[in-house]
Amino acid sequence: MSSQSIMKVWMTRVLILALIFLGWYLASEHSKVTKFFVGSPVGVLTVIYNWLVSGEIYAHLFITLIETLLAFALGTAFALVTGLWLALSRFWSAVFDPFIKAINTMPRLILAPIFSVWFGLGIWSKVALGVTIVFFIVFFNVYQGVREVSPVLLANVRMLGANQAQLIRRVYIPSAMSWVFSSLHLSVGMAFVGAVIGEYMGSSAGVGYLILQAELTFDMDTVLAGILVLTVFALLLDLVVSLVEVHLLAWRPSNS
Amino acid sequence: MNAALDLRDVTCIFPPATPAGEPYTAVRNASLKLQDGEFVALVGPTGCGKSTLLNVAAGLLPVSSGQAFVFGQSITGINREATYMFQADALLPWLKARDNVALGLQLRGVGQAESIERAHSWLQRVGLTGHADKYPHQLSGGMKKRVSLAQILVLEPKILLMDEPFSALDIQTRQLMENELLEIWSANRKSVIFVTHDLEEAISLSDRVVVLSAGPETAPIAEFVVDLPRPRDVTEIMHTSQYSKLHKDIWSSLKAEVLKSYRRRTESGVAEA
Repeated sequence: MSSQSIMKVWMTRVLILALIFLGWYLASEHSKVTKFFVGSPVGVLTVIYNWLVSGEIYAHLFITLIETLLAFALGTAFALVTGLWLALSRFWSAVFDPFIKAINTMPRLILAPIFSVWFGLGIWSKVALGVTIVFFIVFFNVYQGVREVSPVLLANVRMLGANQAQLIRRVYIPSAMSWVFSSLHLSVGMAFVGAVIGEYMGSSAGVGYLILQAELTFDMDTVLAGILVLTVFALLLDLVVSLVEVHLLAWRPSNS
Repeated sequence: MNAALDLRDVTCIFPPATPAGEPYTAVRNASLKLQDGEFVALVGPTGCGKSTLLNVAAGLLPVSSGQAFVFGQSITGINREATYMFQADALLPWLKARDNVALGLQLRGVGQAESIERAHSWLQRVGLTGHADKYPHQLSGGMKKRVSLAQILVLEPKILLMDEPFSALDIQTRQLMENELLEIWSANRKSVIFVTHDLEEAISLSDRVVVLSAGPETAPIAEFVVDLPRPRDVTEIMHTSQYSKLHKDIWSSLKAEVLKSYRRRTESGVAEA
């Protein structure tokens, strides 16, 4: 696109955003009833401003971030080991196939109350929820990555002198990781969803907790402010993932 | 003196792909000897089991019956004296050219610094000095073949197994690669089995051309000594009368097999590759 049309796209985006805020503002000013249901842009921005100035939000964001990263790291590690094992063992993959299908089909968010009982209201119940979601995304990618290694490549590396352990380290894991990296956006995003939903289902800290508290007092401005903060945060997280991805997948053709 | 490779009465039968299918006999009672330092070309119609024989020599494929020896030792498991250059692209896409070449050394326990240094010197010998830091997808087809060549030669193997290594290249690049292969080979004579379906390539490179029958149940049916003088230039050698005579002789024995193979494939409805 030429710089002129990029400019045009951006101006249109800003215009749409402005129209949304204007409509929202008009709706909130229409009556007390509408203000109760949709909050007001001024109120929401005030809440966010106060959060930022008082610094109250940072601790909550930090908790949510830690939960997200832990869920992502643990889910990925666990899935990498399981995926390698099952992809390399026909017997055990046949044995576990129906179990994996069943657990994957189960709506896992419903596990949140159970995890609260098991792991308490602290971060670990959220991490556990995130892990159950991230695990399956990564697991299927690892499984695919191992199974898709070309037989010629394997034969070549064996002829170059690799034993089974070296094959795993030099071929299977890099191939699996390339699949894992290509689903990084999805798995990090889902770890985030797990963390926030976990907080929302019962917690003592985190942005999900803030939203839950506000909702209990019908404070729509704070609910919306929490959602807005989460959205911006998710976008930033996605940006970081994109930067990491460029570095990790440097060996891939760029048009894919 | 033991032959570099000695295949005796080798038969390879593959189990059926489906429970209802028939087992497939790719190779039957094939015998082939490769002397130390000899360059042998295997020619035969498409799909005749040339790669099967190569896989047996590599130790990648166990024989169903018969015996396979490398320097007098029975081949069990991967043949450590041999390296293999595949027809398809077999570089590791996540490793830079240099690391691809160094890989074999590292797998065999050579240290990081030394393996990288030796990889560099081989990349230089195949004319890729400035490309050591590129990933395979950043290299052209011919350059990838050069990396593959460096990848196996850095191991200084006694035997080179080459399965139509240059068949995917355009004719000019291919002749360049063939000349380079001859130059590297003549500097330090390895034993080479070079599989190809291209008779010109077979004659211009080898000391001996072995003709295989059409598959299934492939076996060598004829062999011809290529006594053209070395060093050779593959772009010029085909204009000599000696070459033309060899080509005519070998083609007369190969032609019947090619036709047989073609008829079988068209009858069984297999599409042309």
